[in-house]
Amino acid sequence: MMTMHMFARWLKSPRPYLMLVGFALFLGFWYLSVEAWKLPRFREMPGFTSVIKEWLSPDPVYGLSIYTAEYYTHIWVSIWRVAQAFFLATLLGVPFGLFLGWSSKFREYVFPVFETLRPIPILAWVPLAIVIFIATESAVIYLTFLASFFATALNTMLGVQSIDESYIRAAHCLGAKNRQVFMHIVIPGALPFIFTGLQISVGVAWFSLVAAEMVSGQYGLGYVINTSYMMVRYPTIVIGMITLGAVGYATSAMVRILGDYLMQWRVRELALGGN
Amino acid sequence: MDAAAAQLAGRAATAVGRGAIRIEDVVKIYDPEGAAVMAVDHCTLDINAGEICMIVGPSGCGKTTLLNAVEGFHEITSGRILLDGEVLCSTENPKAAPGSDRIVVFQNGALFPWKSNLENIAFGPVMQGKLSRAEANEKALNMMADAGLSGVEHNYPGEVSSGMRRRVEIVRALMNDPKVLLLDEPYRALDSLTKSVMHEALLEIYYKNRVTIFFITHDLEEAIFLGHKVAIMTTRPCRPKKILDVDIPHPRDYSVLTSRRFRELMEETNEAVHEEALKAFAAGEKEG
Amino acid sequence: MPVTKRQGLQQSLVRGVISLAAFVILWEIGARSRQWLGLDAFEWLRGLLAWFGWEKKFLPWIGAVPAPSIVLAKWAQIIHDASYWQSWYMSFFRVAAGFTAAMIIGIPFGLLIAVSRTAYGISFPVFEVLRPIPPLAWVPASIIFWPTQELAIAFVTFLGAFYTIVINVVGGAKSIDMRYYQAAQSMGATNWDIFRRIVLPGTLPSIMVGSAVGMGITWEVVVAAEMISGGGSQIGGTAGGGLGFFIWNSYVGGSYEQIVVGMISIGIAGFICSELLRAAGKYVTPWLRLR
Repeated sequence: MMTMHMFARWLKSPRPYLMLVGFALFLGFWYLSVEAWKLPRFREMPGFTSVIKEWLSPDPVYGLSIYTAEYYTHIWVSIWRVAQAFFLATLLGVPFGLFLGWSSKFREYVFPVFETLRPIPILAWVPLAIVIFIATESAVIYLTFLASFFATALNTMLGVQSIDESYIRAAHCLGAKNRQVFMHIVIPGALPFIFTGLQISVGVAWFSLVAAEMVSGQYGLGYVINTSYMMVRYPTIVIGMITLGAVGYATSAMVRILGDYLMQWRVRELALGGN
Repeated sequence: MDAAAAQLAGRAATAVGRGAIRIEDVVKIYDPEGAAVMAVDHCTLDINAGEICMIVGPSGCGKTTLLNAVEGFHEITSGRILLDGEVLCSTENPKAAPGSDRIVVFQNGALFPWKSNLENIAFGPVMQGKLSRAEANEKALNMMADAGLSGVEHNYPGEVSSGMRRRVEIVRALMNDPKVLLLDEPYRALDSLTKSVMHEALLEIYYKNRVTIFFITHDLEEAIFLGHKVAIMTTRPCRPKKILDVDIPHPRDYSVLTSRRFRELMEETNEAVHEEALKAFAAGEKEG
Repeated sequence: MPVTKRQGLQQSLVRGVISLAAFVILWEIGARSRQWLGLDAFEWLRGLLAWFGWEKKFLPWIGAVPAPSIVLAKWAQIIHDASYWQSWYMSFFRVAAGFTAAMIIGIPFGLLIAVSRTAYGISFPVFEVLRPIPPLAWVPASIIFWPTQELAIAFVTFLGAFYTIVINVVGGAKSIDMRYYQAAQSMGATNWDIFRRIVLPGTLPSIMVGSAVGMGITWEVVVAAEMISGGGSQIGGTAGGGLGFFIWNSYVGGSYEQIVVGMISIGIAGFICSELLRAAGKYVTPWLRLR
């Protein structure tokens, strides 16, 4: 969390100015190539100014701007789907991963099947998902869930395996029984990896959600991008993309902040330069 | 020097005390059907109750294996280990059960980073159900004050210096009133200035608690300064090469380091240690 | 309790085989349940959940999944079909093209911004702002921009792997111990020497990890793009082919067994690619073998 002092120091360093240069270059290039110079490839692309104008206009040409209710409906639908899938995946994936890491018996029985299913790309599940879950809403959520589940379970398992054996040994010689070791050592010890996994899981959830929405959905940001293309509403495509980026970033940041809160000991350790 | 300390001068009490360890003809072979690496070779060692026994040897010689066998992290291939006459492990039953009568202080420290220092120290009795959390906390606070650790109760281990962490770990072990304290090169990573302070701190704690101490080190000076008995081990496979009785009286302080007796003892044993160190170097041993 | 290491390995192998076999058997039973038991294997579950208020139409109907025996039979049949292998080739080609492009552009770019503070300051914020946009969201924009559909898909594939590779390269370069630099400088190394002999090898492990993850993402994107352009939303015209398109086609054509054949095929293809990468990684970083 930036304190005033850190912020002042940041302002004095070259970083914010380089950042501005970067954005200026990027946006400048976009503007110039599409709208000013009208380069051959770029001619059909939606221009920077037209996107901004559309996005901020109270009466948008193509029906979607920050002033229209529909915009927020789509955002909400996508977020709600990701939320359901993510929470389900976390609820199932974390315990599953914990057991995979903790019990070698369980792992030897279950991991081969897990690793066989994991490489199958999520979108490859789409037709099967539509066949199994007759309603497309469930199918979309299922696909998003699947992607998140694999990422969460795998990272949780790696987290448990990454715990230094000394901690477990120390707990044993201090008289803790297996169940206590699990609660007091394994779970907190695996938390850093679990949260890395959760951040990846959120990213992967958005990836799958967009794909699923583009293929078979109604409402949602993926759907918006798709239909905007088909109805030749190009500026709206970019609005959809930008919104996706912003929402994706925000959800990932939320997970990260939650992780920092739960792992205070880590934050403090890292702040002291890691002893 | 009060009466209790005077009693401790020179030798520690034998036989009737608690925490006498007997390592009897122990052999440990890793991967018997594969590479068959012998780590411990018919090692016999007697440690008296309440004694500080220092195990000195070059890196990778198998000292940690012995410690692990006593605690129960590893199996032995043959032989017996007894604690106060009870068999911990033997050829028939090769793995001891880890328990809080013998507690290990690990080389790189094993304080749980996600618990505060106080929570760490109170961990043992709370887990075993011997004390309620409030009682454990109270006892922990007292022990911390005794050990000069007031003020860092609610910090995380990652926030304090490594020297302090070591002391917290030792207090964590002592909370459980163990018979034996097993220390695996605990001061290896500290600079020698901090080390000398740590040594005095350990002795102070020892004088109040009289546990048997099984201390692994590669530092001969540290061994002679702290120990009642110094066992010099050969390189892998390890076996006691020479056992030295340190007759410098307890309680000791850092002035011992420059005393004549200390230098004489160093002279006696230095050659033996150096010999083994050369052998280990030639064999390219990697530190355990 | 296994006495030796060898026994332990044997035991885990046996358990793995048992579980995979059990999985396949359960699958077979579940799929055939309609036939054999006269009712849906999970009908009772759906009934139970419906009693709790969940709408029946939202619930999974496992009975619709084709049995492994049927899938295998179909697969034996399809192996002789040239167009099946054509799909393999197309997907592999796309994955290779996109992935290679991502490595060729991503690794130098990552190294550049890791080494030069100015480059990092300018590029990284823009990079981080664009990164959360899922690659598939770029598909329409990509199609508008690129002349051919193939190039459009390649661009999206490239994007998917690019982000991951860059992040891993930067992370790897930053984590190189300062003392390696100092040691090299004290031995008289020039900046180029340092780059070639410290930065490059030091970053290699992270590059390999990044490429393994990037490869997985590449497959996801390729399959997604193939499905989207072949079916679903009808973006783009006739360009299709590839295993993703194969699956979609099977769905549209009503052949459910073929869907599963396609899924397994992609899984195998992906596995082959990751193993190739892992072998390449071991070859390139022999010093890590001792871990």
